[in-house]
Amino acid sequence: MWKIRHWKETHRVANKVTSAVMRQGLRVLGVAVRAEKAVFASAVVASALYGGMTVASAWALGWATQNVIIPTFGKGEIAAGALWTGVLLIIGTALLKSIGIAGRRIFAGVMQYRMQARSRRDVTKQYLRLPLAWHQRHPTGQLLANASSDAEAAWAPLAPLPMAVGVVVMLVTAAVGMLFTDLVLALVGFLVFPAIAVLNLVYQRRLSPLVTRAQQLRAEVSEIAHESFDGALVVKTLGREDLEAERFRRRAHELRDANVAVGRVRGLFDPMLEALPTLGVLAVLGVGAMRLSTGDIVSGQLVQVAYLFTLLSFPIRALGWVLAELPRSVVGWTRVQSVLEAEGSMVYGEETPGRDEPATLAVSDVSYSYGETEVLHDVTFDLPPGRTVALVGPTGSGKSTLVQLLVRLVDPDTGRVLLDGTDLRELAYGKLAESVALVPQQTFLFDDTVRGNVALDLPMPDEQVWAALRVAQADGFVSGLGAGLDTRVGERGTSLSGGQRQRLALARAIARRPRLLILDDATSSVDPQVEARILYGLRDRAEASTVVVVAYRLATIALADEVVYLDRGRVEDRGTHQELLERCPGYRNLVTAYEREEAVRAALDADAALGLEETEVSA
Amino acid sequence: MTVETAPEQERIGTGAGGSAWATIRRGLSLTPEFRKGLVGTLALAVVATIGKIIVPIAVQQTIDTGIGDGAPDMPYITRAVVLCAAAVILTALASYLMNVRLYKATESSLATLRVRGFRHVHDLSVLTQNTERRGALVSRVTNDIDQISTFMQWGGLMIIVAFGQLFVASVLMVIYSWQLTLLVWICFIPLLIALPRFQRWLSRAYTVVRERTGDMLAAVSESVVGAAVIRAYATERRTAERIDKSVDANKAAQVRAQTIVGFVFPLTEIVAAVAIAGIVVLGVRLGVSGDITAGQLIAFLFLITLFVSPLQTATEVLNEAQNAVAGWRRILGVIDTPADVADPGDDGVELPRGPISVAFEQVHFAYPGGPPVLRELSVGIQPRSRIAVVGETGSGKTTFAKLLTRLMDPVEGRVTIDGHDLRAVRFSSLRARIVMVPQDGFLFDGTLEENVRYGKPAATRAEIQLALTELGLADWLDGLPAGLDTPVGQRGESLSAGERQLVALARAYLADPDLLLLDEATSAVDPATEVRLARALEGVTRGRTAVSIAHRLSTAENADEVLVFDGGRLVQRGPHAELVAEPGVYADMHASWVSAAHS
Repeated sequence: MWKIRHWKETHRVANKVTSAVMRQGLRVLGVAVRAEKAVFASAVVASALYGGMTVASAWALGWATQNVIIPTFGKGEIAAGALWTGVLLIIGTALLKSIGIAGRRIFAGVMQYRMQARSRRDVTKQYLRLPLAWHQRHPTGQLLANASSDAEAAWAPLAPLPMAVGVVVMLVTAAVGMLFTDLVLALVGFLVFPAIAVLNLVYQRRLSPLVTRAQQLRAEVSEIAHESFDGALVVKTLGREDLEAERFRRRAHELRDANVAVGRVRGLFDPMLEALPTLGVLAVLGVGAMRLSTGDIVSGQLVQVAYLFTLLSFPIRALGWVLAELPRSVVGWTRVQSVLEAEGSMVYGEETPGRDEPATLAVSDVSYSYGETEVLHDVTFDLPPGRTVALVGPTGSGKSTLVQLLVRLVDPDTGRVLLDGTDLRELAYGKLAESVALVPQQTFLFDDTVRGNVALDLPMPDEQVWAALRVAQADGFVSGLGAGLDTRVGERGTSLSGGQRQRLALARAIARRPRLLILDDATSSVDPQVEARILYGLRDRAEASTVVVVAYRLATIALADEVVYLDRGRVEDRGTHQELLERCPGYRNLVTAYEREEAVRAALDADAALGLEETEVSA
Repeated sequence: MTVETAPEQERIGTGAGGSAWATIRRGLSLTPEFRKGLVGTLALAVVATIGKIIVPIAVQQTIDTGIGDGAPDMPYITRAVVLCAAAVILTALASYLMNVRLYKATESSLATLRVRGFRHVHDLSVLTQNTERRGALVSRVTNDIDQISTFMQWGGLMIIVAFGQLFVASVLMVIYSWQLTLLVWICFIPLLIALPRFQRWLSRAYTVVRERTGDMLAAVSESVVGAAVIRAYATERRTAERIDKSVDANKAAQVRAQTIVGFVFPLTEIVAAVAIAGIVVLGVRLGVSGDITAGQLIAFLFLITLFVSPLQTATEVLNEAQNAVAGWRRILGVIDTPADVADPGDDGVELPRGPISVAFEQVHFAYPGGPPVLRELSVGIQPRSRIAVVGETGSGKTTFAKLLTRLMDPVEGRVTIDGHDLRAVRFSSLRARIVMVPQDGFLFDGTLEENVRYGKPAATRAEIQLALTELGLADWLDGLPAGLDTPVGQRGESLSAGERQLVALARAYLADPDLLLLDEATSAVDPATEVRLARALEGVTRGRTAVSIAHRLSTAENADEVLVFDGGRLVQRGPHAELVAEPGVYADMHASWVSAAHS
């Protein structure tokens, strides 16, 4: 749905080719020109060659008419010298023009695609640099669009830009040429070509809001289809196919109407833009015939001007194409810029933590807020080295936020998180990751091989990868995959089940031999029996480490040496499972819910049985 | 959840068989809106095309009457110019009408095709839907149709105009001089022959571009979707390198395609220049022998321009035509894929509401090409009973649920409700009586209220509130920032997995089915909430039949009867108390549950 909002915004900001949009758009083009001076210069030179040669080819034809055709028909004999000169002129200008066209197209492409690639690289670099808190404030879809469609839209006018420059050269050359040929004929040109330009402007102003609307609706139609097909099971099980079809139909019909509206404007203006130069040629012929009769021009000149009109009528539209792309370009550019200008980044210190023994972690007076809402209040606890601590709390108690603080995905508003006594903020970049590994709740796999996903950028022998997979109970299914460690997984690779993905993510953490391992409900999709094997494996590993597990399952909690119980953003209690069961009512309530349920039921059943007996007795 | 691989499942067609013409004919036969008035549109196209030769004729007339012996015949020329101008305006008008008719016809017909394809995707069985990625399915009703639309309105029109233009130009040329006409065609024919080859190059180059773009988008998305993992593992540099590589590969592919276009496009200009030079050389010779007038010769120079634009755009048009045919195949592929789990519709049985009984009779099921996953299953479920289904992953319990809700049909045997074969029951009736709550609580982007209402579109806000209260969710609802008006985000992502399940459950409950089937529907909810919910459910399902696929011990203990699945067979059934006492699969499972819960 964000996409729709996105488009609505586009619609509001840029539905008109206003002068403000024009100015902004030209500034954006200026950026590209400065960035790719050489390529742009080459494209312009090529395009100017194309423009000049277009005019020259009309002149060559006029020359051939005047010096070859007319004399031949007049005298009845061919002037061989002039004939071959004419042939040479015609083919020569065409060859140069072709070189101009090829150069213009290729350089324009190089420039456009280079700028696109540059924006994409810059934007994704920002994504990688900006802190996670920034990511959390921006919808995923918007960020993806910034790097794809916005980066494309920003530089879209670069494709027709060199041609437009060439057309300007063409028009100036033509105007000068016509002035030298005949003033009266030039006057016809000066009436017709500005008229075409104005008509073009009106056309683009009318068209662009309609095109924007159609694009917006296209995005909405796609969004509905996406959502509806994603929820196909719900649609089916509730029998809502008709409802969905109706929802889709309404939007599809709006899109149809929008496209027809675009078609009306195109259908109206395109023939007008074609008819106008044709009428111009006819005017040239009419006026020209008169000038011929008074002897002011010769037939070759008439042919030359008429031919020029024919050649110019199409390229002159390129000016409109640039204009048409400007509003989208401005919006795309603005969005890309807002990412590039985003402030804030994680600042790293110089410290290097130790490497060998399990880590000590201390959380001291930590508070954290999302916007106005504080979700963690003065949280304090410590993790002694080599211990396994369970972080337990009801949904929404702040467990996942706390976990993010422990691996410095976000920094606390107040308070400190200390690894072996060093504030996380003082550690050098990459040092924390060498010591601490997080397996998040939401599994993320890279579009890469199994090996790549486990090892990431660490050089690692295959045995080490397999060892990690074994602890994560993933060795079995990985060896069953077609290409073993070389099997591609992730977005566009082999599809794995949720449990299998979780186990790969776990192996990734284990493979780095972290001194502190943090599992944020990381085995929720794994069968309980497999989970138990994983947890035992973790405990019995040769490389001891401190472990934090966020969990609900009693079996998981039971493996922990200690429990930290979190409720509504505060540490309510800490101790062994047994101690907390005895003294912390909230904890007891949460973890024994099932047992109590059993007990209550047993009592009810007993009551019911008793009741039944009584009934029998009374009967 | 088991991973379903369905190697030989009825896949959604790609329509790869059959010629392009057959595809287009079939496509057009499905869209009457397009054929209606097509003759009129084509007639207008003919008029519009004839307009193209007005200028060459006017040039010829002007030259032939304007020069030569003394003064030009001005009144004649004026008349000719005015007449031609009128003709130009007339053809522009024809062109306008043709455009509007074409847009209307194509857009209406494609909208119909789009809606029909969309609807048919929902009519396909879950198995068929799962043979294709969701994104690919979406593109069949979006991008693929857009591609047809672009083609019909630009490329298709260009083909008609190009042929018309070449035809009328050639006719006029022949009238003026057959020798020069022959010359022109000799010049252009090699280009015509080479065009399909150029188009193939281009098409290959664009295919590479599309692939590279896909790779690039995938790489870029990692920097956003994997933001947390990338930071936690400090792999920014590696990710940046991968992105840069894919961005550059994409750029290189784009530039390559553009270079091919850059070289192919101007070839027409060169050929045209050669033709023009040839016309001049041969034309003056013909002029000397009196076979042609100066005006006719010069008109030829103008006529050549009519050859240039169709040939310049031909590679692009051919490319678009190819895309459009591919698009057509893909949308027709959807529409022509049979809905293998079909609604009997009006011929079906409409069952009255009320307590529901279910029977599986000798049911056998296997995924196409796979081993059997459910064998010889015969089991009856009494009205108003509460059933728990247990078993390990792959035991067949999920298959059981899918057969019971008729998401799939059995390979052998039958499933009946109230004595009627499920296959004979109207979907409208079936879906009203049996509702399943799947494990993944999928929500639509909107408010919580809208999502619950999805279960019963006519429900009022008060009813929705009541439903949530009855399920014991009033406290949870009060804790949400905007209560019922809380936006749930795309796919429900603003809520936690557990909260999504709560909404999905409320949605199913509001639908008020006679049989409620829960497929591990509260697996992500915290224990305290789950117990509360279980208790509430027990109350609200009283009087209905309830089937739960259990992932926790307590569900099985509370059921009237437990069905134990193992290796695709129903191995035990009976109340918990009985089953736990006899040695077998259930007793073992129970033991491991208990040890897990109390260790």
